[in-house]
Amino acid sequence: MSDDTRDDDRAAAADEAAAANPAPTAGSRRPQAPVRRLSSRRRFIRSAFLIGGVLGLAMLGYVPVAGAHRSRLRPPGALEEADFLSSCIKCGQCVQVCPVAAIRLDDIDSGFGIGVPSIDARAQACDFSCDAVQCILACPTGSLTYRKPASLATRPGMPLARAPLLKAKAKDAEPTLNLPERIGVARLSRPDSCLAVLGKGFRGQARGAGFRGRLRYVERDRWRPVAVRDHPYERDLCNLCVSECPIGEAITMQVTVAADGSRQHRPQVLEQCVGCGVCEMICPVDPAAIVIDARQPWAI
Amino acid sequence: MSASERLRVMFGAAPLKPERITPAAQQVHKLKRMTKADFEALKQHARDHQLVNHKWRNRRWAVLILVNLLFTFSFWLDIQMLEGSLTASRFVGFHLIDLNSALQVMLAHRHVIVNLFIGTATVFVLWVALGGRSFCSWVCPYHLVAEWFEWLHLRLVAKKLVSDHEFHRGARSVFWLAFALLAVLSGYTVFETISPTGILSRALIYGPSLALGWVLLLLLFEVLYSRRAWCRYVCPIGMTYGMVGAVSPLRVEYRLEHCFHEGDCRKVCLVPHVLDVVIKGRAADLKTPIGPDCTRCGLCVDVCPSGALVFDIKGLNRLL
Repeated sequence: MSDDTRDDDRAAAADEAAAANPAPTAGSRRPQAPVRRLSSRRRFIRSAFLIGGVLGLAMLGYVPVAGAHRSRLRPPGALEEADFLSSCIKCGQCVQVCPVAAIRLDDIDSGFGIGVPSIDARAQACDFSCDAVQCILACPTGSLTYRKPASLATRPGMPLARAPLLKAKAKDAEPTLNLPERIGVARLSRPDSCLAVLGKGFRGQARGAGFRGRLRYVERDRWRPVAVRDHPYERDLCNLCVSECPIGEAITMQVTVAADGSRQHRPQVLEQCVGCGVCEMICPVDPAAIVIDARQPWAI
Repeated sequence: MSASERLRVMFGAAPLKPERITPAAQQVHKLKRMTKADFEALKQHARDHQLVNHKWRNRRWAVLILVNLLFTFSFWLDIQMLEGSLTASRFVGFHLIDLNSALQVMLAHRHVIVNLFIGTATVFVLWVALGGRSFCSWVCPYHLVAEWFEWLHLRLVAKKLVSDHEFHRGARSVFWLAFALLAVLSGYTVFETISPTGILSRALIYGPSLALGWVLLLLLFEVLYSRRAWCRYVCPIGMTYGMVGAVSPLRVEYRLEHCFHEGDCRKVCLVPHVLDVVIKGRAADLKTPIGPDCTRCGLCVDVCPSGALVFDIKGLNRLL
């Protein structure tokens, strides 16, 4: 038991002794004994260290967000990063509703971004299997939102020109997604390794037998996403990024005919790209030839 | 103790002796002056009557574990009863939002949408009814883990291997203000970064995280240096719910007539300053409600051999 506790016990004993003589003026303070004064000063200094220490450790959370050296892909409908981090209550309800488990919560190495949802598109992209962007619906604080209040920041190039067309809903009465802004934009970052650019085809499992990612194949089952490894491809010319893109008019295969009559192919990202990351996930070369630039606007 | 006095004590002030003691209470105080032999006999009598049981502790642990498992299984088994985590959730569709998390988000973001407001209001009403800081002892997963590690701390103290270092309880008020201020100034929910409640709740639902290392450090600090330091001196969640509990009708009540002033209750209590009234000669009236900082954990109710501490709902006696 510490000195302080003993002091307290002694004080309590003294109080009890005092109570033995009826003291109607109870509540008047006796002057502190030197021992008590010393221990209460020690306690004060300890407490100051505790406050400084805990607040200091908490502020360490600023380090990972200050440089923002890792630009994370946020779920659809996310506010601008600063607003997103301040408004997210770190509950993970978006994680719970995602049918393909694309959303993960960040860990303490993200500092103030702890518990905030992000998407690792290469591991599991958002393929809009839910049709309605359910993560936005689940968000209790408006961090993910269908309609952003005018007072919150919007960068040019982030709003989409028109509501994105969801290929899976093409035959529905309402074929578009309620998603006014992109979350990033795709970019052919390694054209040298792109199979289409090289004029090669692709046969087999897009990401190998060990890949756990899932994708909705409407022609197989509109409501149940299938493991990518269970859906082998057979293409004379690889066009997976174009054919598997869930959004209409977001990416196309550009064909140029050279002077000698040979045909050159190259995936071309279009302005309707929302940045969902399906192209990055499905790209069969490693590392992916096409990647998502998270939170980047359309800038061409 | 007046309501303002109880609040003052929660914010960190030392409890004062009562200004005025009712004649009835003075009479009881007077009657209680006795010889040591009388006292020993009475004590033995009480011990024979009522051995310590763990009724409230067991109920509380069951509730705490069930609530947290309901979160976990709602996600794992997709039963969708209680979706989300302790910071914010939906109970069969109804928004529930932790008051302190809501405060951090509102201060940092300064934009409150309807669902956030509804969830916060619902939880506010819920915990006004259920006793405020009862959130701490009946729901918070860190409280349970800290309770287990506290047992270890007490064992080490008994063996004189470590000693308990107290801090000034005012530190918690400073923390509450500091975290509120930091949220406003930085625009980040700074407290959530280090909140063991949020970290544990998410880990239980979404799987283990590196952040559990921080929780372990806190527990080690409590075992080796200061008993229940986080809950006692730091956690702003407890302070927020304490303010809610100040207006709650559900509390523990102290009954002077039954008390032998043995002090067992103060030894098991997370917040012994609320039990200052049980010290011989301190009670100003026959019945005294315990202050808002009380977590309604029931450890004192369990440990009291003479039934001097009981759960009570204010105004219910008048109704019945």
